[in-house]
Amino acid sequence: MAKVRLATVWLSGCSGCHMSFLDQDEKVLELAEKIELVYSPIADVKDFPENVDVTLVEGAVGNEEQLELLKRIRRNTRILVALGDCAVNGNVTALRNSLRNSDEEVLKRAYVENASINQAAPKQVPRLLKRVLALNEVVNVDAYVPGCPPSAELINQVLNDLLEGRTPVLEGRFKYG
Amino acid sequence: MKPDELRGLAQKEQEARKSYRFRINVCCSSGCMPFGALRVLTAFRDAVREFKVEEECYVARTGCIGTCSLAPAVLVEPGDYLYQNVTPERAREIVKEHIVNGRPVKSMLYGNEAFFKKQLRVVLRNTGKIDPLRIEDYIAVGGYYALLKALTRMTPQGVIEEVALSGLKGRGGAGFLTGLKWRYVARAPGSPKYVIANLDEGDPGVFANRTLAEADPHAILEGMAIAAYAVGSQKGYIYVRSEYPLAVQTLKKAIEAAKSMGFLGENIFETSFSFDVELRLGAGAFVAGEETAILASIEGRRAMPRPRPPYPAQSGLWGKPTLVNNVETLANVPVILLKGSEWFSSIGSKNCTGTKCFSLTGKVNNPGLIEVPMGITLREVVFEIGGGVPPGRRFKAVQVGGPSGGFLPEQLLDLPIDYESLTKAGAIMGSGGIVVLDDTSCMVDTAKFFTEFCVDESCGKCTPCRAGLHKLFKILDGFTRGEGSVEDLSKVEDLCEFIKEASLCGLGQTAPNPTLTTLRYFRDEYVAHVMDKRCPAGKCFRSGGGGGVE
Amino acid sequence: MSKPIELTIDGRKVVAEEGETILKAAKKNGIYVPTLCYLEGVSSFGGCRLCMVEIKGSPRLFASCITPVAEGMEVLTDSERLRRYRKWAVELLLAERPHVCSVCVANGSCELQQLATELGVDHLRVDREWTDYEVDLTHERFAYDPNRCILCTRCIRVCDEVEGVHTLDLMLRGKNSKVVFDLDENWGFSQSCTSCGKCSAACPVGALYVKGKPLSEVKKKDLVSFIMERRSGK
Ligand SMILES: Cc1cc2nc3c(=O)[nH]c(=O)nc-3n(C[C@H](O)[C@H](O)[C@H](O)COP(=O)(O)O)c2cc1C
Ligand code: SF4
Ligand code: SF4
Ligand code: SF4
Ligand code: FES
Repeated sequence: MAKVRLATVWLSGCSGCHMSFLDQDEKVLELAEKIELVYSPIADVKDFPENVDVTLVEGAVGNEEQLELLKRIRRNTRILVALGDCAVNGNVTALRNSLRNSDEEVLKRAYVENASINQAAPKQVPRLLKRVLALNEVVNVDAYVPGCPPSAELINQVLNDLLEGRTPVLEGRFKYG
Repeated sequence: MKPDELRGLAQKEQEARKSYRFRINVCCSSGCMPFGALRVLTAFRDAVREFKVEEECYVARTGCIGTCSLAPAVLVEPGDYLYQNVTPERAREIVKEHIVNGRPVKSMLYGNEAFFKKQLRVVLRNTGKIDPLRIEDYIAVGGYYALLKALTRMTPQGVIEEVALSGLKGRGGAGFLTGLKWRYVARAPGSPKYVIANLDEGDPGVFANRTLAEADPHAILEGMAIAAYAVGSQKGYIYVRSEYPLAVQTLKKAIEAAKSMGFLGENIFETSFSFDVELRLGAGAFVAGEETAILASIEGRRAMPRPRPPYPAQSGLWGKPTLVNNVETLANVPVILLKGSEWFSSIGSKNCTGTKCFSLTGKVNNPGLIEVPMGITLREVVFEIGGGVPPGRRFKAVQVGGPSGGFLPEQLLDLPIDYESLTKAGAIMGSGGIVVLDDTSCMVDTAKFFTEFCVDESCGKCTPCRAGLHKLFKILDGFTRGEGSVEDLSKVEDLCEFIKEASLCGLGQTAPNPTLTTLRYFRDEYVAHVMDKRCPAGKCFRSGGGGGVE
Repeated sequence: MSKPIELTIDGRKVVAEEGETILKAAKKNGIYVPTLCYLEGVSSFGGCRLCMVEIKGSPRLFASCITPVAEGMEVLTDSERLRRYRKWAVELLLAERPHVCSVCVANGSCELQQLATELGVDHLRVDREWTDYEVDLTHERFAYDPNRCILCTRCIRVCDEVEGVHTLDLMLRGKNSKVVFDLDENWGFSQSCTSCGKCSAACPVGALYVKGKPLSEVKKKDLVSFIMERRSGK
C-alpha cells in the first residue's frame, strides 16, 4: 500500500500543537510506517508540495503570507485538518482582534511600547491582516482537533481515524483550552 | 347611567345629527395633523359661518378616514364624498360649492373608487365619521348598546359562546380563537382577574391600532368592558405605545368620559358589574408588545418575554388569570353582540371570519389603512385596492405581517388572506402590515434590512434570537458585498430553522421569515450575489451599500 | 401534599409532583438534560435554550427548566433535531463574545466549555465577535470580564433571590445586553453589593470570578443549592 502523504504546517501559533504531535512518543513510529512526511517545520522542504493526502495546520492566519499559503495548502490537499485552538477558532493569536486597528496596534505594543531598545515596528515581515482568522474563515476545513494544545492521544486517534478512512467523531473526546 | 337614559341619549343625538343636512368630517388624526388638518378644520368652521349654513351643516373633528397619502382628508356626508389634500382655501370652496350650491367639487374629490370598493368596514365602522372626543357621537351610532345588552340580557357564558360562535380570532398576530381564550380565563382559578388591551403596535409602518384608538376609542373601551364581564374581571389596562401621544390623549379623555357617564366604574347600568380601566405606557420596544413582556412591563419590570406555559390566562399579571387581547380584536366584540355571531361569521372565509385591518404601504399607487374581509386575495389588495405598482415598474413581492413577515412572489398573489394560508406560504398575519416591493428592490438586501430590524429589537434573553439573528445579519450583509458561497445558503437555512424553532418568543420565532421566504422564492437573486457577485436589482456592491425598503 | 402527575420521559414512565418542571422530573429519575442558564435554588430563566425538549403532539420545543409537567405528557429529551439545535446554541454562545479558553480562569471548570465537549462543538460555523468590554477589576476580591459573559442571568437571580440585594441587572438589549452593577457602576464602587460572592459562585463561565483563584478551586453551583436547601429547613 502506498504511504499516505502527510504534511504539517505551522502558521500563527506557538508550536505547542507540534510539540503535542511529537508527544505521541512511540506511536509516532507506528505512524511513520504508514505515512510519508512531505512538508513540515521539522523537515527541510521549501515549498508546499502538490498531491498531499492529509495536512495538519497549526495556528491561525495572521498575515498575508499565511493567507496565501493556506489557500495553496487547500488546493493541494485532500484532507485539511485544523490542529489546535488557534487553527480552530483563533484562540490567543486572535486576541488582538479586540483592539481597534489591531494590525498596527499589536506591533506598536510589542516593538515600541514594550521595547527597551530599537523601538520600531519591524518592516521586513509579511503584512499583518486586519483581523486574525481561523482556518475555516478562509478555506473549507475537513476535520478539527481543538485543544491548547490538543492532547497527543487525541491527535493520534484522529490521525488513525483519517488513515483508516473514518470520519473522526470528537463528541466527548476533546476540550477547548 | 340607567338603560333608559342610554336609549334617550342616543335618540337625542340621532335627531340632532339628522337636523343637519350635511356633515363635514375633517380627519384630525396623526396622519393628517402634520399636514395642517387643524387649520383646515378651522377654515371649515369659518366658512360655514361665513356662508351662514351653520344650521344645516355640521363640521366634525374626526379620526382617520384611511387615505393617509391624501392628507388632509375630508369626508362629506351624505354620499361619502371624499376630498383630498384639502387646504384652508379649498375648504372654503368646498363649503361654497358643495354645501351652498349643492355641487360637489369634482376636481378635489378622491377619484379612486377601487380603493373603497373591496373594503368592508367593521372594526373601522365609525372612524372618520364620529368625533372621538365626543362620547355622544359614539352613542349616536349605537355605542355602548352592546355592553348594555351583555350586562342586562346575557350571562357571561352567553357572551363567551356568542364570541366563540362568531369564529373571531385574535388580531394581534397569532390568531388564537378569542372565544376559547376567554373561556380559559373565565375558568381559570384565581382572582382578581385582569383584562389587558394590547395597543403596543411596535411594527414599523403599521398604524391600524393607532388609528382605531385615535378615531374610535370607545369601541375599544366597550369591547374591554364586555370582555371583562365575560371573564369575570374588574380591572383593565390598556397598554399603549408611548410613541402614540395623540392616541394616549384620546384614550385618556375617552376613559374619563366613559367614567362620568357610568360605562366604566361601579355598578355599570345598575348591575353588580364594575369595571375600571387604566392606561399603561409602553416601554418603547417592539418586543414589549409580546403578551408576557407586557405583563412584566406593567408589573414594573424589564419588558422581556418569558416562556409559556403558563399562559397569561393561567398566570398573568401578578400571577393572576389575565386576558390579553389586541385592541382590534376587542373592537370587533360590540358589533358581534349587536349583529350576532351568525352575521359576523358570514363575513370572510369559512375558517377565518370577519375582517382585518391592514396598513398598505410600499410601492403601491394607493397606500393607506384598509379593512378587508378575510379570505380576500393578495392580488385584490395589491392591484385593486392598492391600484398596483407605480407606472413603469414591475411588481416583485409583497411582504405580509410586519418586519418579520415573509415575502411572497407574483405566483402566490392569488393566495387568500387568512392565518393558515399565510403561514403555509411562509408569511404571517402579524399585526397587519402589507408592504409592496417593485423591481427596484433587491431581495437579499431587503432580507438583510428586516433582519437588522429584528437584531436591534431582540430583547436579548434567548440565544437563538440574540446571537443567532446577529450572525444571520452578518452573513446576509456579507452576501450584499459579494462574500460567501452557495454552500453558505444551506448554512443560512439551517441557522434560520434553529432560530425559528428554538427562540423563546414570537419575535425570534418569526424573524427568519424574510430570509427564508426570499431564499425560497427568490433564490436566484442570492445565487447571483454569491456566485456571479452581481446584484440583479443593482442595489448592492455599491459604496454605501443598499438601502432596504424606502 | 400536591397530587402526583404521571408522564413519560424518553419512553420511561415517571411520577412527578404537580407544578414541578420537566427538568426536575427528569433529574429525579436520573435522566440527563443539558442546561446552562438553569441554577438549582433560584427561579428559572428559560433563555439559553439548551434544555429544550420535545413534547409529543406539539411541533414546538419547550424549555424543560421552566415548563411544568402535565398528566400524560410524553417528553423526548434527546433527538437528532434537539442535538442539532443544542449544538447551534453552544456554537453561537462561543461565537458571540471572545471565548479564549486557554487563558481563561474557568478553563477546566466552565459549563460552556464542558457542553462544547459533550455536544461535539469542535468548531464554529459562524465568524466570531471580538468584543472589547473593559474588565472590571475594581472590587478587591472579585473581577468581572463581560467578554466572557453568556447573559444567563444566574448572577442576577442569585443576587436578587438569595442574597436579596439585586445589585446586578441587565442593561441595554439584544446583543448589546450587559450585566451591570447598580446603575452601571464599577463593582468596587457599588453601594449595594455586600461582597458575598454568590454571583461568582453562580457564574457558569469565567465572567465573574474570585481574584487569584482558579475556578476549579471554588465549588460553584452547589453553593447556591446548599444555601437554599438549608433555608428551606430540609
Ligand atoms: C415581538 C412581538 C410583538 C407583539 N406585538 C404586539 C402588538 O403590538 N400588539 C398586539 O396586539 N399583539 C402583539 N403581539 C402578540 C401578543 O403577544 C398577543 O398574542 C396578542 O396581544 C394577543 O391578542 P389577540 O388574541 O387579540 O391577538 C406581539 C407578539 C410578539 C411576539
Ligand atoms: S425570541 Fe428574541 S425577543 Fe423573544 S425572548 Fe428571545 S431574545 Fe427576546
Ligand atoms: S468562559 Fe468557558 S468557554 Fe469561555 S473562554 Fe472561559 S473556559 Fe472557555
Ligand atoms: S456574569 Fe456569569 S452568571 Fe452573570 S449573566 Fe454573565 S455568564 Fe451568567
Ligand atoms: S437551562 Fe433551560 S433555558 Fe437555559
